Amino acid sequence: MKARVHVTLKKGVLDPQGQAIAHALGTLGFAGVGDVRQGKYIEIELAETDRATARARVEKMCAQLLANPVIEDYAIEIAE
Amino acid sequence: MKAAVIVFPASNCDRDVAVALAASMGRDPLMVWHRDADFPAVDLIVLPGGFSYGDYLRAGAMAARSPVMAEVIRRARRGVPVLGICNGFQILTEAGLLPGALMRNAGLAFVCRDVHIRVETTDSVFTRRYAKGAILRIPVAHHDGNYFADRATLEALEGDGRIAFRYVEPDGRVTAAANPNGAARNIAGIFNTTRTVLGLMPHPERLADPLLGGTDGRAMFDGLVEALA
Amino acid sequence: MSAITPALVAEHGLTPEEYARFRGFLGRDPTLTELGIVSVMWSEHCSYKSSKRWLRLLPTEAPWVICGPGENAGVVDIGDGRAVVFKMESHNHPSFIEPYQGAATGVGGIMRDVFTMGARPIANMNALRFGDPAHPKTRHLVAGVVAGIGGYGNCMGVPTVGGECNFHPAYNGNILVNAMTVGLAPADRIFYSAAAGVGNAVVYVGSKTGRDGIHGATMASAEFGADAEAKRPTVQVGDPFTEKLLLEACLELMRTDAIVAIQDMGAAGLTSSSVEMASKGGVGIELDLDRVPVRETGMTPYEIMLSESQERMLMVIRPERAELARAIFDKWELDFAIVGRITDTGRLVVRMRGAVAADIPVAPLVAEAPVYERPWVRSPAPPPVPADALARAPAIDAALRRLMGSPDLASRRWIWEQYDHMVMGDTVGRPGGDAAVVRIHGTRQGLAITTDVTPRYCQADPVEGGRQAVAEAWRNLTAVGATPLAVTDNMNFGNPEKPEIMGQFVGCIEGMSEACRALDFPVVSGNVSLYNETMGKAILPTPAIGAIGTLPDISFAMTVGFKRDGARIVVIGATRGHLGASLWLREIAGAEAGPPPPVDLAAERKAGDFVRGLIRDGRIDACHDVADGGLLVAVAEMALAGRIGAVLDPAPAGLHPAAWFFGEDQGRYLVTTGDADLLAARAAAAGVPVMVIGRTGGSSLTVDGAPPISLADLGTIHESWLPGYMAAEAGPVQTE
Repeated sequence: MKARVHVTLKKGVLDPQGQAIAHALGTLGFAGVGDVRQGKYIEIELAETDRATARARVEKMCAQLLANPVIEDYAIEIAE
Repeated sequence: MKAAVIVFPASNCDRDVAVALAASMGRDPLMVWHRDADFPAVDLIVLPGGFSYGDYLRAGAMAARSPVMAEVIRRARRGVPVLGICNGFQILTEAGLLPGALMRNAGLAFVCRDVHIRVETTDSVFTRRYAKGAILRIPVAHHDGNYFADRATLEALEGDGRIAFRYVEPDGRVTAAANPNGAARNIAGIFNTTRTVLGLMPHPERLADPLLGGTDGRAMFDGLVEALA
Repeated sequence: MSAITPALVAEHGLTPEEYARFRGFLGRDPTLTELGIVSVMWSEHCSYKSSKRWLRLLPTEAPWVICGPGENAGVVDIGDGRAVVFKMESHNHPSFIEPYQGAATGVGGIMRDVFTMGARPIANMNALRFGDPAHPKTRHLVAGVVAGIGGYGNCMGVPTVGGECNFHPAYNGNILVNAMTVGLAPADRIFYSAAAGVGNAVVYVGSKTGRDGIHGATMASAEFGADAEAKRPTVQVGDPFTEKLLLEACLELMRTDAIVAIQDMGAAGLTSSSVEMASKGGVGIELDLDRVPVRETGMTPYEIMLSESQERMLMVIRPERAELARAIFDKWELDFAIVGRITDTGRLVVRMRGAVAADIPVAPLVAEAPVYERPWVRSPAPPPVPADALARAPAIDAALRRLMGSPDLASRRWIWEQYDHMVMGDTVGRPGGDAAVVRIHGTRQGLAITTDVTPRYCQADPVEGGRQAVAEAWRNLTAVGATPLAVTDNMNFGNPEKPEIMGQFVGCIEGMSEACRALDFPVVSGNVSLYNETMGKAILPTPAIGAIGTLPDISFAMTVGFKRDGARIVVIGATRGHLGASLWLREIAGAEAGPPPPVDLAAERKAGDFVRGLIRDGRIDACHDVADGGLLVAVAEMALAGRIGAVLDPAPAGLHPAAWFFGEDQGRYLVTTGDADLLAARAAAAGVPVMVIGRTGGSSLTVDGAPPISLADLGTIHESWLPGYMAAEAGPVQTE
């Protein structure tokens, strides 16, 4: 089974890369672009058949390594 | 004094800091490979600059969770002084020995230049040989030196006098222009609560030799030798 | 196995004659893998088929040369049992396609070339050419290339200490990214690529092999039609972390006696590394591709042999040392696989899944590689300098302001602050000087490094431009006090099948060769990059010269900045006011015209030896080579570097002020001294023309009675162009 993890900066933490992307989109003529936040996307192949166990394991991975709780939030998706 | 320099696979300032330490100590420090968690007792542990594990994921993230760091954390909690320079500072925050985090530079680019920093306190084994308020010229070289902490943490750091260095103008003024990376409150280096752990982004080991154009970094190593001998 | 059709041969870039020659010594139709192997071995990049005949003109020997061209890098003896290993190489096309990864992998490749020979890289340089700043792609390319160079070199922990960067519309469709690495090795522990010892193990180390960079035209052939999308050639991605491990592991292994031969897998990967090792050693080599560590499933022998995945090495190892070697690579967590052995058959035999995918005699594959005597014509004389250029000349101070803020003269700080130029703790002369200076670790000896070429001179007159590129490199090394030792060249040109382009190549080689001989400055390594053309428009001929020299003691290292008030400013070498092909003419008078300034190699040598003597005797306190922009730009650069102004005398009678102050006569240095009389006396004895042109002091530059220009203003003009340009409408800089 596969886990998909999105790691993003917490609300309120300045995201200069996101700002630069927003600025660049503006100069490329994309109107109406508001706040842009960038982050990381991580795919993990898991030897696991139970969704709940898989999620619990990935939660642990996020807390221990994949995200830095001081500045980052994460979201987990479990796919077949 | 006995010192150990922890060497991660892509550390690259390990030799530089060993040279600076040796110049002050009169003997070579122990170079400890990252897999050797069981290293001899020392008076000082140094986490050098570089890219530890490629700085993939986040700078210092994987190094902070390596076996040798578990041992460094144990010893730091027992009071063994730990100095983290640049990537070493990033590792210390990732390992939880220092609060906050080091984010991508506000300018987004890697920055390598001499900056001026002000000594905020001399009450530590690291800064005892400097004068309070002294302005040092020391290089930075990093991509992720933008110090971040929440307001409460910043207030605590200020209140406890745990800010070691701030980026300043050559005349000592704290300005945005003097800040090379967008760090909160121009913070260049901080201590833990006991001031036995110091993390800083500038590289004192790079200006500790008059032939390289300056010696403002030398007093940190001389002070450590004096305090820990 | 599909038939080898003429179309397939053509897609592999082989002419029918080349194919017939290959089939001739093979004695049968080749397999697809064999066709792939010969196509890369006989490509321009690997075979130098257009350039070889001319490269032979370059002098490559001197008593201090340990190894000249033909190995991974050149090697020179610097005394005390130490050798310097260095080379420059291009990564032009990949950097245009994907600037961050293209430049990064270029840096990674050149560092591998150097540590393959047993040297620890101690400094990186780069020579960059971009298109018109106004061209829509330029900003993105500059941002990506600079970030890529920094991203790779910074992680490796090798300081990037200098280089050069120009802008010209001729590079709009073909930027140049030339990266140079300088390494240090024990002089008696240099590693070479000649395989030897029948039965010795062929070992693959480093990253796994993927489908990176496999020749695009070939991939489009019917053979790969099934899942074309998945097999599309991919941009090579650099992994500096793995390369750092590879560097440390190789250097650790090199301290043992395990390695017989070693070759990095760069362009054409496993193919060129195995063929070169076998060819140089006069042996055969057998490869079992089932043992090659791969990153993707279902890779064919063709793909494995042609992959350009980065951070890989091929070694020949004594079998009894294989386990020792494996332990070292395990320590560094790198792949280590015995993938073959050395044989006495003289053949390259490649097996996979029980079948022979290739079986080629190595000697003819190398010996019969085509060499072409391409037709060439001398470049026509450049258009004359417009007769009214001087009549329309603006005031000297106005011209200086414009020049100092022009793209080719503005400060490059924005670039080199993105490079860690101090790691390793031995950078004595930081970027921004005439040449970078690094200390040989643990000694007081210094190594000076520079890269130079003036493409607009080469365009106007290739022979003179070739001469000038070498002379300027020699001069820049001299200006920091070094004794110039040797050269690496990176020849960047357009399509050699056009006689006028081939003529540029021939002309530049002739000029370089003459200058290298006159200055005892052998060429010990190099790289040729041809076909830098888009829609029939070629780049300016750009024979980039990388060069090194030594200083017996770094305390001699001279810098450009003025040191104190009241020193005399002296120009060494003759000033005639040559404005042809000058920056003044282009930027101020708007004309790219006229012949380049001539280089008098005898005068060059005399002036340089004189200046070096002054530096070593402590007679001068600042020194700067006079180059782009002429005398006044050189003075301005010295003033800005030292934060001390100057007052200059008017132009001598008979010379137009613009010609005096902005002419680009060669063989000149500006120095400052407290004792101009002594300097004049020594110059007279040496037969070198010198002239006092002013004195240092104050906080502004005062020229020829014009209103003073404040250094603060001039500094702002000089420092703000590049950051301002890059900040305007900048997109996100790719950083990973």
